[in-house]
Amino acid sequence: MATITPVSATAPAQEVRRGGGRAPNADPAVMRAGLGTALLFIGPYLVLFCTFVLAPIVYGLWISLHQWDFLLPGKPFVGLQNYVDLLTGGSTTSETFWNSMRATAVFTVLSVPLLMVLPLALAVALNKKFPGRNAVRAVFFAPFVLGVAVIGLLWRYLLDPNVGVINYYLDLLGFERIPFTTATPWVWLALVVPTLWWTAGYNMVIFLAGLQDISAELYEAAELDGANSWQRFRHVTLPGLRPVTIFVLTITILASANVFGQPYLITQGQPGGETRSVIMQIGEEGLRRFNMGSASAMSTVLTLALLIVSAICLSFLRERTPKEQKR
Amino acid sequence: MTHTPSSPILPRRLFLGSLGAVGASAALAACGGGSTPPGAAPTSGAFGKGDTYTGPKVALAFWNGFTGGDGPFMKKMVDDFNKANPNVTVSMNTLQWADYYSKVPNAVASGAGPDVGIMHIDSLATNAARRVIVPLDEIASGLELEEGDFSPVVWNAGVYQDKRYGIPLDIHPLGFYGNTAHLEKAGISELPEDREGFEAAVKALQDKSAVQTPFWVTATWPAHLMFNSLIAQFGGSIFDEEGAKATFNSEAGVEALQWLRSFVDSGASPKNVSNDAQAVAFRQQRNSLTWDGIWMMNEWEKVKDLQWAAAPVPTIGDEPAVWASSHNFVVTTQATKDQNKLAASRAFISYISERSIEWAKSGQVPARNSVRESQEFKDLTVQSTLADQLDHVVFPPAVPGIGDVTQPTWETAVNEAILGKKETKAALDDAAKKADAMLKANQAKYQA
Repeated sequence: MATITPVSATAPAQEVRRGGGRAPNADPAVMRAGLGTALLFIGPYLVLFCTFVLAPIVYGLWISLHQWDFLLPGKPFVGLQNYVDLLTGGSTTSETFWNSMRATAVFTVLSVPLLMVLPLALAVALNKKFPGRNAVRAVFFAPFVLGVAVIGLLWRYLLDPNVGVINYYLDLLGFERIPFTTATPWVWLALVVPTLWWTAGYNMVIFLAGLQDISAELYEAAELDGANSWQRFRHVTLPGLRPVTIFVLTITILASANVFGQPYLITQGQPGGETRSVIMQIGEEGLRRFNMGSASAMSTVLTLALLIVSAICLSFLRERTPKEQKR
Repeated sequence: MTHTPSSPILPRRLFLGSLGAVGASAALAACGGGSTPPGAAPTSGAFGKGDTYTGPKVALAFWNGFTGGDGPFMKKMVDDFNKANPNVTVSMNTLQWADYYSKVPNAVASGAGPDVGIMHIDSLATNAARRVIVPLDEIASGLELEEGDFSPVVWNAGVYQDKRYGIPLDIHPLGFYGNTAHLEKAGISELPEDREGFEAAVKALQDKSAVQTPFWVTATWPAHLMFNSLIAQFGGSIFDEEGAKATFNSEAGVEALQWLRSFVDSGASPKNVSNDAQAVAFRQQRNSLTWDGIWMMNEWEKVKDLQWAAAPVPTIGDEPAVWASSHNFVVTTQATKDQNKLAASRAFISYISERSIEWAKSGQVPARNSVRESQEFKDLTVQSTLADQLDHVVFPPAVPGIGDVTQPTWETAVNEAILGKKETKAALDDAAKKADAMLKANQAKYQA
């Protein structure tokens, strides 16, 4: 989308000016040339997209209509049975699947607000000028460069109920040990806090970039109009960050909904299967049990759910844009 | 190591003994270079019996999941084989077991996988049904291997639909470990063998050795392996013999799980023990008794001031029984396209199998009787003590997909019961319902 807009709007307009006084977008030849340029630009990516994204999606949908184990000779076509089983609880895995959907939803709802607010606050604070600013920024970003296996094991041993460091000190100070990795509601803490520590720095960096794009003149003007610092934040910073916020929100929701490593390593799905995420479930169904048909159906259901959630979030944030422009 | 009424406490330091003779017999067995036409089943005797290969040059890909302390032992044996067989180059590829089992089928199907691999006994049927691995009856008879050469329980477990798919390398049972310093303080000189003795020891450790929590019962691995041992001791089983129905919610199952749970209730075990925590505690001497895999002995060895001993898992129920698994050599569909590879595979399997005393040192019990009865093995005190359990190890039925049914069902039930999330009976019943459905779905899947 973004690539096409400037080509059709600005580039032809410049052509036209040189050509002498004709109305923009009027010449079909220019339009055709514009389209060709656009296709040329997106062409290489389009090929990659079709090969590695579109084709697998279609293939996945096709697989989801079968009872599919790629090594067994029979891959019977079952129509929508995999979906029906999931939705009516007719299969052995539907209950586990919906449990894992619920676990994923809980994790997303708990983590996303924190992953928006904290990085924004950090970004605003670290956008101020003070000595050692870059070092502090680096410190907050640093955990993000670690792999999930590293942070998973690290936090698993920090949080372990009996041999963990945190509980060791709790015990020493005379408090009761807390079963962070084995009992609700603590398990959610054991998943959300490491995630926050791990990825907040990434969102912070994007917010920082967004902050630096807001013109200093706007703050100056607001200050002249007598706006205090909260009002400047509310009426200059937040609106200025809207496009960035939409982006950060979307990727954060998607990342949280795809959570795998943290529950796999830190809580191991405990207690029972309460913190098994949907990606864990799909991976197990498709790549361990090799029931690729029902695993694909699960993926499709998850994708649809994520599309709906993303659409709701986007419309929620976009709604106010026209009002802002009117002002 | 015989049937004395109580197992003696073993010294911490293990004298591994000198093992210079190994490998000397490398170039002994004769090996005819005859070949059969491609596609034909390898007939017995086509390559003779033995552990050398003299055909044209061939490369063998050998994959396994020995990512722990066991890896270097296997690597060394592979290197020795390569030296003894200049015409074969075995390249070993090691990856995490979980990744291994999901990657091998793909890799084999695309021809870029292993020719020879290692699989656990409960994965053989699944991979046989999925045509990842091929029957080894000809290889076994070519090598003149038979039941008499191996512990019968593990030899028979490698058979699926009347065909042999695995050549057993080892058996690795659960073991019982005790902190001898703690035990001594509690006035106990031998690791207990039965329920009474075990419970008394726990009590004595609490009272006299000031170990508040002597026996940590985990909610995850290896709790379900302890449960599997116990249910068999109480006369039950996880599944019925055909692997068609879950039987772990029987009275025996409830009793077994209740017994484990009782230590958490009485405070002899902390609540909420995750896997590894019990092992960490054993290393730090915060608990005194633990049931864990035989391979953990190497971990205990590494701890300088830990004094420990090993014994068979005590008989809590009516009869001795213990969970175990077994590493088996397998040959993949990929290797069958090349007769020379098959011949080299056979030589390789034979070579390693005959020298499995080396492998035993990594914390395993060799499957071969001749190796197990050797003085060299008897000198490996911990391994040979835990090998006494071989007559009553329990394996799951050889049914495809059986390994997949464990985690979501009875492993989860054990977790819920030990965490106190569900009543023992309810947890097992819920899981059994699910397991029955999964077993049925597996039957349908592998028959289709």
